[in-house]
Amino acid sequence: MALLEVRDLRVQFETPEGVVQAVNGIDFHLESGETLAIVGESGAGKSQLVMAIMGLLAENGSASGAADFKGQDLMQMPQKELNKIRGREIAMIFQDPMTSLNPFLTIEKQMTEVVMHHQGLGKHEARGHAVEMLRAVRIPDPEERVKQYPHEYSGGMRQRVMIAMGLLCEPDLLIADEPSTALDVTVQAQIMQLVGELRDKSNMSMILITHDLAVVAEICDRIIVMYAGEMVEAGTVDDIFYRPRHPYTQGLLASVPRLDRLADDELHTIPGNPPNLLDLPSGCRFRDRCSLAREVCFEAPPLQVQDDGCMSRCFIDMNSGEFLPVQSNSDEDNTGEDSM
Amino acid sequence: MNNPVLRVQDLAVNFISHTGGLLRRKERILRAVNGISFELHASETIGIVGESGSGKSTLARAILGLIKPNRGRVMWLGENLTELEEEALRQKRKEIQIVFQDPIASLNPRMTAGDIISEPLWTFYPNMARLQVEERTRGMMKMVGLLPNQINRYPHEFSGGQCQRIGIARALVLNPRLVVCDEPVSALDVSIQAQIINLLKDLQKKLGLALIFVAHDLSVVKHISDRVMVMYMGCNMEVSQREALYRRPLHPYTSALMKSVPIPDPKLAAEARQDSWLTGDMPSPYEPPKGCIFHTRCPYKVKRCEADVPALRRMEHGDWVACHRAEDLDLSI
Amino acid sequence: MNTPADMQIPKPQVVKAEVEDPFAAAMAGQDVRGRSLWVDAWHRLLKNKAAVISGIIMFIMLLLVIAGPLVSPWEGDFTDWDNTASPPNFETGHWFGTDAVGRDILVRTLEGGRISLLVGLVATLVSLAIGVTYGAVAGYYGGFTDRIMMRLVDIIYALPFMFFVILLMVVFGRHIVLIFVAIGAVNWLDMARIVRGQTLGLKNTEFVEAARACGVDHKAIIRRHIIPNLLGVVMVYVTLTIPQVILVESFLSFLGLGVQEPMSSWGALVNDGAQDMESAPWTLVFPATFLTVTLYCFNYIGDGMRDALDPKDRA
Repeated sequence: MALLEVRDLRVQFETPEGVVQAVNGIDFHLESGETLAIVGESGAGKSQLVMAIMGLLAENGSASGAADFKGQDLMQMPQKELNKIRGREIAMIFQDPMTSLNPFLTIEKQMTEVVMHHQGLGKHEARGHAVEMLRAVRIPDPEERVKQYPHEYSGGMRQRVMIAMGLLCEPDLLIADEPSTALDVTVQAQIMQLVGELRDKSNMSMILITHDLAVVAEICDRIIVMYAGEMVEAGTVDDIFYRPRHPYTQGLLASVPRLDRLADDELHTIPGNPPNLLDLPSGCRFRDRCSLAREVCFEAPPLQVQDDGCMSRCFIDMNSGEFLPVQSNSDEDNTGEDSM
Repeated sequence: MNNPVLRVQDLAVNFISHTGGLLRRKERILRAVNGISFELHASETIGIVGESGSGKSTLARAILGLIKPNRGRVMWLGENLTELEEEALRQKRKEIQIVFQDPIASLNPRMTAGDIISEPLWTFYPNMARLQVEERTRGMMKMVGLLPNQINRYPHEFSGGQCQRIGIARALVLNPRLVVCDEPVSALDVSIQAQIINLLKDLQKKLGLALIFVAHDLSVVKHISDRVMVMYMGCNMEVSQREALYRRPLHPYTSALMKSVPIPDPKLAAEARQDSWLTGDMPSPYEPPKGCIFHTRCPYKVKRCEADVPALRRMEHGDWVACHRAEDLDLSI
Repeated sequence: MNTPADMQIPKPQVVKAEVEDPFAAAMAGQDVRGRSLWVDAWHRLLKNKAAVISGIIMFIMLLLVIAGPLVSPWEGDFTDWDNTASPPNFETGHWFGTDAVGRDILVRTLEGGRISLLVGLVATLVSLAIGVTYGAVAGYYGGFTDRIMMRLVDIIYALPFMFFVILLMVVFGRHIVLIFVAIGAVNWLDMARIVRGQTLGLKNTEFVEAARACGVDHKAIIRRHIIPNLLGVVMVYVTLTIPQVILVESFLSFLGLGVQEPMSSWGALVNDGAQDMESAPWTLVFPATFLTVTLYCFNYIGDGMRDALDPKDRA
């Protein structure tokens, strides 16, 4: 049984301008020990997806669908039950460590609170755990540092503390929402390596939400690419990086500046702007930015699923790279240029 | 390309803070920019790379005169900007402009896109006819890739990338000769980053601008710069031609930075890059290490590095580096 | 280091997408209308039921106090000796009753409303004009200027208000303009402090820095960048100040320091009514109700405005 299985997850928000469909029917599953990346740009809905699973949506948001964690549906669980799981079996790390840590409490207080609550440890024991965890995330002088306040730490150190807090209860699943975006590249490198090590040691599963494809290449097993609330492609790391099927994925990969490539004169770009969820194009949501778009794209594209789990939501056939033949019920001929 | 348009000489900016109680007040000096020198020619782009705390943003603002430097000179077309009176400096704004990091925060939410772009024109050419101002504004919008019919919209009605285009239009409307870009793409989505980088390169070619491109992302800087300067804790570690830097960095810090940059390629990423992890964290800027400021984290340090501050010296290919061991080390990628 | 051919990311084929040239289409059309933040806030305000109802009530109140005395059969100072101290009675035409000397309470209440609302409005406008300029200048220039200006505010603040008012009354007599001056002179202090605080924050925003980088001079920055961005807070403060001012005036009247007869204000009426509370409660109840309703309404409107202008609601 998969550790986490999400079926037809939908999230919407009530805004003064109308109802915004932030997530429009996502399915995926996650096995133990696996690391899944959810990649996408602004408006893709990746954060909302995870917030919905964890029951942390804002007031004006509502979600539907199922999220089975170890067989139990998180979406149907009352807050009390969810609280028991949150922090202990599922831990979450947010993007900005400054706002996630309480500036009025010492690090010790914040870390031990979690452990004491979930595992019923006494204060001394909890403190010991906290210090060990700080050591594991390479905070120097953890016994001293644990008594300090968040503002006495640097940004990179705070993020490490967040990771330490997340891992304290040895969760089965760690969800990290843009954990390294706010960090310098050298700190990011250390942290991602650290997270990888800790994950390997404890066989923890991870969901990594990010727009940084480079980070994904380092530690993830599988990737889901999202655009405008929908999943447009899914596959293993190798599939996505070396054989991307969806034009959006291809465009994204081509527009990332790379250190190892000779600097071409022009970076490839995806024209246009990220989607406005209140004003989406009909049919394929990517069509007005897609250089391969055709008339057929005004219809909703099918989700092609292969046996190995790769998926692509596009009219372009995953294997042949040609447009899928148009299914028409009338007697009209297909136009000659389509392949059969 | 003989005469540089911009020559920065030994620029320093200090921030002073006070600690201790009423009786034991101690002054602490933060040397945000600690003796930076470099040159820039017309139509050239220099990328300034550094992590947080390197002082690169402070440097950008000091060059523009938004922060008053404590030491050093900024020679712009032969004139020393640091010695100018407020009004004279203000006049220079026609020639030197800036694009900010946060595209939305750098626009006044109560002004329309058109007003924002027109404001510099109102300021320096108050007698320009309204129609002329509007025409030029629309022209700028088109040049940066915005639809001119959006001229009456407000910043919150645009996306991040479009807001940055407005910021660029505002910076260019007075026809400056130097534009300082302070992390202009850090806050943008990947696909939009690429658009803006291409736009800046395009505009530079078309208008013959000198560009200073400040960033923390080495890959981005690689695409736009002719030369690259690497900063660490307010000091200049290296200034090299782009190709040389990316093929064979001269300074250990540069090398470490490059090795830390993740590569969006699973097979390459799997190859271990652990060989030169930077140890530890950046030291407190209030207590900078003696000698070479990088020695506490340098995997190649020797005894000398702890005592002597390495000067920025010229190497055989015309690149500059501040490292005692620059000759012996081969940091080729 | 090149990636091997079979692993290279395929370059998307450049097939011409069937999208018309967006520029051509747009150039032909008109400019798109922008939707300013004020418009957004206004729409949000309209969704706040309490604020809208309060607004309607205040509008009706305004009509009543302006037009009411004009259409009423009674004049404010007309003493109806036949009906002194009589309770509300439709037959006699005294819908709110009369006071001890036979003056119609309804007319008195409406006329009193004129004075109370006028004081509220004018004193607030005075404090607005002085306070905003003072605070913006102090906050923007900072340093020595700021310190001197704010110390002045602190000193004036420390002066006992009552003492000041009594002094003015003694020297200049009980003139209504004096009331405006006295109250306005004290309220601008709060406004100045609030505006200075906001300015300090705004001074450090990136768009102000951008304006400086574009060479915009100080006066223009204050005018174009600082003040428009504080108007939201100022407006909220104004709507919450008006009831405060009315209350202060009422307090002064209650102490006998307010407007002079035959002019009246709600405060004065409440004072009079309180004295006859047991024998003629209607002389107290009606003015007090009008006063209370007005205070509530302004508070709801102020709260509504604050919520509507709160930038966090912006999606």
